[in-house]
Amino acid sequence: MSIRLENVFFSYLEGTPTSQAALRNVSLEIEDGEFVGLIGPTGSGKSTLIQHFNGLLKPDSGKVFVDGVDLTLKDTQLRLIRQKVGMVFQYPEHQLFGETVLEDVGFGPRNGGLSEEEIVKRVREALAYVGLDYEVLKDQSPFELSGGQKRRVAIAGVLAMRPSVLVLDEPTAGLDPAGREEILAEIKQLHDEGGITVVLVTHSMEDVARFADRLIVMEQGTIALDGTSLEVFGQAGRLKDMGLGVPEITELMYELKAHGLDVDTEILTVAEAEAEIIRVMGWGCQK
Amino acid sequence: MRMLRSVTIGQHIPGDSLIHRLDPRTKILSSIVLIVLLFVVKGFIGYGLVALGIALVVRASNIPLRFVLRGVRPLMVILVFTLTLHLFMTDGRIIFQIWFLKVTWEGLIRGLMMGTRLLLLIIGTSMLTLTTSPMQLTDGIETLLRPGKKIGIPAHELAMMMTIALRFIPTLLEETEKIMKAQMARGADFQSGGITQRAKSLIPLLVPLFVNAFRRADDLAIAMEARGYRGGEGRTKLRELKFQRSDMMALGFVLAFALVVGAFF
Repeated sequence: MSIRLENVFFSYLEGTPTSQAALRNVSLEIEDGEFVGLIGPTGSGKSTLIQHFNGLLKPDSGKVFVDGVDLTLKDTQLRLIRQKVGMVFQYPEHQLFGETVLEDVGFGPRNGGLSEEEIVKRVREALAYVGLDYEVLKDQSPFELSGGQKRRVAIAGVLAMRPSVLVLDEPTAGLDPAGREEILAEIKQLHDEGGITVVLVTHSMEDVARFADRLIVMEQGTIALDGTSLEVFGQAGRLKDMGLGVPEITELMYELKAHGLDVDTEILTVAEAEAEIIRVMGWGCQK
Repeated sequence: MRMLRSVTIGQHIPGDSLIHRLDPRTKILSSIVLIVLLFVVKGFIGYGLVALGIALVVRASNIPLRFVLRGVRPLMVILVFTLTLHLFMTDGRIIFQIWFLKVTWEGLIRGLMMGTRLLLLIIGTSMLTLTTSPMQLTDGIETLLRPGKKIGIPAHELAMMMTIALRFIPTLLEETEKIMKAQMARGADFQSGGITQRAKSLIPLLVPLFVNAFRRADDLAIAMEARGYRGGEGRTKLRELKFQRSDMMALGFVLAFALVVGAFF
């Protein structure tokens, strides 16, 4: 399931004096099975970009293809596309509406016209993905759950459509560290075991460094950088100019190097840093 | 859905004209005087004079005529309706007759008078909303209602409610758009189907919208209390309304004009 954008331009309030370009000539391709991190300063066009992936926004000019289907054509069945490209918005728990968890999580599959039996199956499966127990929660009101649970139920509502691409806009915003870790681990698992293509929008350099194979950096409506995590974080200066940064551990390695320690700065995780420091200091034999 | 963004609230057109700078209370009181005057005046000469007065105000406000006339458009139907009703329903000297429909001189005159009265009413009062921002308007209403407190009119509370309502309209529109998108991403369809189907499809939109609105209201109440809000008692204002000499003159002029026109025409 690939997503391809060709020369996409988009502006809000087109044709009015307050019109502003949100996307300027964006072209990109996301391949089947990738784990893409999408980063960029606030207002750089990340949210606008992802809404083109399932036709919620249509480009002013340019083309969007999902699995070879052109979303910009009038007769494209966007509902089918939206079943395939699942989208989790910021604070998804703000969209909960069902009287029960079952009704809410089953909303997507029900719109897809599935049988009641199949819906229950999908809901059970989706809840399991996010670490919740169907039997315990199915008849509860989603509004009575804790914040972290609400977030999970909302994510399950998207997973229940069995999308082959999952786009998440800051899925961990406002959660405590334990909640963040759990949700990220579940997304990682969906990608690794479920074979789902993931696009993760985030402000956390640590998160994308740990999980994403590829990073896309947006700046003022254009793609500023696109490459592997190592390639992108290799451009620390450029990122800092944009008001972004590199993961703290990478920053540490840059600092060590600046202070004369001959370490490799292509480090993204604590484990890699540990190994590198041990290697450079020659402590290997003691371990 | 981009339509939602383009909705503007009220019809205030910012400017720095003589009329814009007047105290909102002056403009509110003048509007009330105008309304009363229009129901007192009985002849075309009177209407002509009022029209002249309004024309002067429009000119002084520097607001392009098309904005002023835009306010008339939605009421065109009522205007035409009033005119026709009077034209056919008044007894008197018959001009011509089609079957049972009689058009009379009296009807024509009364229809034109009522039409003119409505037209002047709309244009005159729209000068208030065109030249006064919603904030100033609520401020003005609050101050004017203040003496009503003794008979139990909660002036401050009413004004605060209006202010908050105005403040949250854009926020709620934005929120509506966001929730719509999220539910559409899950295959919701707000456009097709019959009436029942469509009403039903609104549940996934309205429930979160209300839940979020109540949550926001709670947050706002706490934030206001945290900043020491205890109602209108003893509260000072950042922008005090002040009656300037120009306000006195404007009010005096409006009153004199109304008395003369009302008494003689």
